[in-house]
Amino acid sequence: MALLEVSNLGIAFGGLQAVDKVDLRLEQGGLYGLIGPNGAGKTTVFNMLTGVYKPTEGDIILDGKNITGKPPATISKAGIARTFQNIRLFGGMTVLDNVKVGLHNQVKYSTFTAVLRLPPFFEREREMRGQAMGLLKIFGLENDAKQMASNLPYGKQRKLEIARALATNPKLLLLDEPAAGMNPSETEELMETVRFVREHFGITILLIEHDMSFVMGLCEQITVLDYGRIIAAGTPEMVRNDPKVIAAYLGG
Amino acid sequence: MQFISYLINGISLGSVYAIIALGYTMVYGIAKMLNFAHGDVIMVGGYMVFIFMVNLGLPAIVSIVLAMAVCTVLGIVIETVAYRPLRGAPSLAVLITAIGVSYLLQNLALLIWGSTPKSFTSVVNMEPLRLAGGQLVITGESIVTIGVCIVVMVGLSLFINRTRMGRAMLAVSEDKGAAQLMGVNVNGTIMLTFAIGSALAAVAGALLCSSYPMLLPTTGSMPGIKAFVAAVFGGIGSVPGAMLGGILLGIIETLSKAYISTQLSDAIVFSVLIIVLLVKPTGILGKKISEKV
Repeated sequence: MALLEVSNLGIAFGGLQAVDKVDLRLEQGGLYGLIGPNGAGKTTVFNMLTGVYKPTEGDIILDGKNITGKPPATISKAGIARTFQNIRLFGGMTVLDNVKVGLHNQVKYSTFTAVLRLPPFFEREREMRGQAMGLLKIFGLENDAKQMASNLPYGKQRKLEIARALATNPKLLLLDEPAAGMNPSETEELMETVRFVREHFGITILLIEHDMSFVMGLCEQITVLDYGRIIAAGTPEMVRNDPKVIAAYLGG
Repeated sequence: MQFISYLINGISLGSVYAIIALGYTMVYGIAKMLNFAHGDVIMVGGYMVFIFMVNLGLPAIVSIVLAMAVCTVLGIVIETVAYRPLRGAPSLAVLITAIGVSYLLQNLALLIWGSTPKSFTSVVNMEPLRLAGGQLVITGESIVTIGVCIVVMVGLSLFINRTRMGRAMLAVSEDKGAAQLMGVNVNGTIMLTFAIGSALAAVAGALLCSSYPMLLPTTGSMPGIKAFVAAVFGGIGSVPGAMLGGILLGIIETLSKAYISTQLSDAIVFSVLIIVLLVKPTGILGKKISEKV
């Protein structure tokens, strides 16, 4: 059984059918790409997968569980995490605390324990700190732990977003234009990071990206959206040579 | 010596404002709404302490804890019934609802307890402190109020910055959507905020009525509004701002009563609000809001 099965997914905003009849099938451990011209509905698909938008049609099955239309927090607990096209870190909080928020449902204790400062509170907090620092180390951010997230340089902010998303212990990680605004060497480094994350955490990754060399070099399967519909799907080779894809990108 | 005595009274009054302002500022920071019913929760807290302590004869500390419990429940009920259905509604709708809840609480109190003022017995049973050969007298109420305020500030700062729930509160106040996607239960977090704010309002009610022992259904509205001014003064949404704003406002009010005019003191307090809004709209410790274009 596939990790994520999306069938006939669609959403209409008023009279505008933003996404229509989208089917996706992601196998455990795979690296998938979602591409398409601007306004094709890629981020809308992400928003439906993470519960930000309620689909008007279709089903989303994660690991055998139907999560269609569930609230974002529930979907996060079910195992989908994401990053954002425009970085959305908690800017006024430290780098370490950003990751700790990601650990919200991983390391738990009651409010009561916290107020009375009972021993489990200190244990759990220590555990949380350990896990968060571990994640920061993976992304080379351990020396920035005490910094405000908004003070980090752009590339590090992107990394921190991935670290924060991984803290929620996802089965599926959605990356929304992770390479946006990066120079070629940073993009190269990011490719390594994404591959590493997949190997190290054994998770499935679906990413939206406009940088074609990035997507083609990284993803095993690519789905192409245009005007909210899938126009092509397959290996990078197949997609690259598909006349419909070429037409969508070049016009015609 | 006179001046120091006024100053201490001011800090004591300001401590009460600060505790109330915390409720405003936390709710604003997290739910982005002004809970104008907050002042009336103070009044309910006052009546609860009165019932438990004077009518039922329970010890002061037990009465306050019970009043805190009642107000916590009240805060949660208000949030769930009145504000939650309006999540995502325009802020004006929420504001008007808050004013409605405020009048509802006042009139319910009028219905239940009547319009005759109840004379409150102080929850503090402590000899005044005499310093400088009896020239400087600090009442037990002042000492307890300032002490409680310090404990609340320290406790709350630790809670917000060092615990899992506190971090969730900060995350929600930064970016509700992103917090949700990290698995934070936004409704639960907002409810917790209301619960904490209302519990603090009960404490403020007990302290306020101990220093000014007259309890009426409208008791909470003026301190509520002044605490709101304090929250704006300090920078609404900022917890240290509420503390600073509250204490400064208490000092300004007391000193203007002492040296300028008793009648004009409230006018002066509200002028402070206007001047702050003109000079620094985000308050003393408020964050600069950068508009995205």
